[in-house]
Amino acid sequence: MPDATAAAPRTARAAAAAGLLDKPLVVVTGKGGVGKSTVAAALGLVAARRGLRTIIAEVARRDDVSRVLGGTGVHEDELAPGLHHISIDPEEAMEEYLVDQLPSRALADVLLSSRGFSYFAAATPGLRELLTVGKVWELAQEDRRTPGARPYDLVVLDAPATGHGVAILNAPRTFADAALVGRIARQGRIIDAMLSDPAQTGVVAVARAEEMPVNETLELEEALPESVGLDVDLVLANGLLPDRFTSADVRALRAAPPSRPVRAALMAHARARAQRAQLQRLRRRARAPVVTLPFVSAAMLDAERVEPLVRALERAV
Amino acid sequence: VRERLAGKRVVICAGSGGVGKTTASAALAMGLAASGLRVAVVTIDPARRLANSLGLEALEGEPRLVEPERFAGHGIVMEGELWAMMLDPKRTFDELVARLAPDTSSREDMLGNRIYQQLSGAVAGSQEFTAVAKLYELDRSRRFDVLVLDTPPSRNALDFLDAPDRLTGFLEGRALAVVLAPTGLAARVVGAGTGVVFSVLRRLTGADLLDDLRVFFRALGGLVDGFKERAEGVKALLSDPATTFLIVSSPEREPVEEAIFFRGKLADHGMPFGGLVVNRVHALNGGGDGDSGDADLEAALGRALAAKVGRAYAEERALAARDAAAIERLRAETGDADPVVVPQLAGDVHDIDGLVAVHGHLFAAH
Repeated sequence: MPDATAAAPRTARAAAAAGLLDKPLVVVTGKGGVGKSTVAAALGLVAARRGLRTIIAEVARRDDVSRVLGGTGVHEDELAPGLHHISIDPEEAMEEYLVDQLPSRALADVLLSSRGFSYFAAATPGLRELLTVGKVWELAQEDRRTPGARPYDLVVLDAPATGHGVAILNAPRTFADAALVGRIARQGRIIDAMLSDPAQTGVVAVARAEEMPVNETLELEEALPESVGLDVDLVLANGLLPDRFTSADVRALRAAPPSRPVRAALMAHARARAQRAQLQRLRRRARAPVVTLPFVSAAMLDAERVEPLVRALERAV
Repeated sequence: VRERLAGKRVVICAGSGGVGKTTASAALAMGLAASGLRVAVVTIDPARRLANSLGLEALEGEPRLVEPERFAGHGIVMEGELWAMMLDPKRTFDELVARLAPDTSSREDMLGNRIYQQLSGAVAGSQEFTAVAKLYELDRSRRFDVLVLDTPPSRNALDFLDAPDRLTGFLEGRALAVVLAPTGLAARVVGAGTGVVFSVLRRLTGADLLDDLRVFFRALGGLVDGFKERAEGVKALLSDPATTFLIVSSPEREPVEEAIFFRGKLADHGMPFGGLVVNRVHALNGGGDGDSGDADLEAALGRALAAKVGRAYAEERALAARDAAAIERLRAETGDADPVVVPQLAGDVHDIDGLVAVHGHLFAAH
């Protein structure tokens, strides 16, 4: 029985999840294989249909989201009305950054074609992460650095699988701390100020109701306040199977003459029950509100698969 | 799977995250150990209950023997030995640096460098490299008949195969010590424009970061030869005929695409492909009794329950059809005509009984 003191923060957290799309940046993170990209696509659709000019950003040259929604992978192309997509490439981000920062294009070209510089860029640990997250920051600015670019109301970042996803959020601060002074330090601090501000950056953790993803989600929730200064705003338990059968049903099925449909039903039931046990553990231990997303039938086409998730998310955020 | 692994000394399980790679690795290692071999499984991040059931309480740098009593009463006769270890990439990397450093001061410089400390865990490829470096070390020790490596959950399979090359490339950062201190003959050798590069870098980064980087790269310089030798040894091991790669996948689209991509990369690198393991496959096993008609179901279960069973059955059939198509595609694209198929089990696998169940499917005779 939850007491009043425990219930109060829960309510506040539920309100925070409800205001998720008011923030300029929402980071979607989760272990591999939990359907994170599909969830990011669904979240982007929810926002775009509410009239927010939205972009989904993928990193490390992935274009899973674009594949879900049938995009071309071209820069900032529009996948659906109001919903754009970009796959951030660190090398391009580097070029953009240098052109923006240096007094002339020629100087940027000297740097980009220098062997010494390419060593520097390839070898400096964390530089790729910094450039990637710098681009994410740029997309979320009202006054964008990219000449002629229109601002977005919302950036949805499809972050790498959990551990690394947090590393990416830390990159600006790490660089700012290492550099102390100079332009990179100053810029690192500006970017970090946004990434560590709960009013500007929201975090959605995608899980499945299975042991490992549940563990990872709980660990992320534990680590995030200290490492980045943010809380997980919302946990999404994806792929929840329908729990159709009552105990009486199951007894009847076990007593029935064996057949394929009956065996299939019992299998589905066993899986659904195992999920419920993990979901319960997630709900009990997570501080953020946990919202379930339905399992989407394998018979559906890609473009249709995202709609049931959109419907479930519309109620949650 | 047994004949595919006959005579192999190193088995590497690769594939994208979330497909049951760790479980497959542990079950394989267990099966090989049961047949009388001394086997070590090197794993990254098992589910806690699986780790506990193997007696892996914490991250440790060395393999530990899984007590044979743990298998008692689980239907497994352990004739050999199963050893297991969990890899801590950051710690392994530190150990490697400590071992390869030519002297105490370059070791201290490196381990104490802020850039190394804050970022060594995050360098792309470093986790993969430490995994294979550990594998190499264990292989050289000749303590085990077979090593089974559960690879890190790379989003990109390339990271894993290219880890040795990438690290070597990374180590070319030695040249950076020169760039960062642009004086003397060395600077002129590296090339014109170095002065410009340096001054622009200085403007962007500030002097402190450059100083830290200089120390970092200088310390790295002292490790280069050791690292290079190690990277070459690792590369040779990965292409050794006694090594085999098993690609683990599930029937879902992303892992399937990743598996096909990875198969191509193995071929490109001339590394040995041992076969596919497809996990979590939904199959409607006949088992003698066929489809019963709707009428039969209704008669046996009543209309309401029969309707629910009908919906569940339709979903299972859709899944089975999807999975069959995925396996067909994997067959065609990877050239493995007869992949090892492990059915979807009722729950997660995280104890000895679950391992034994997976093991039963992996080692089943065809």
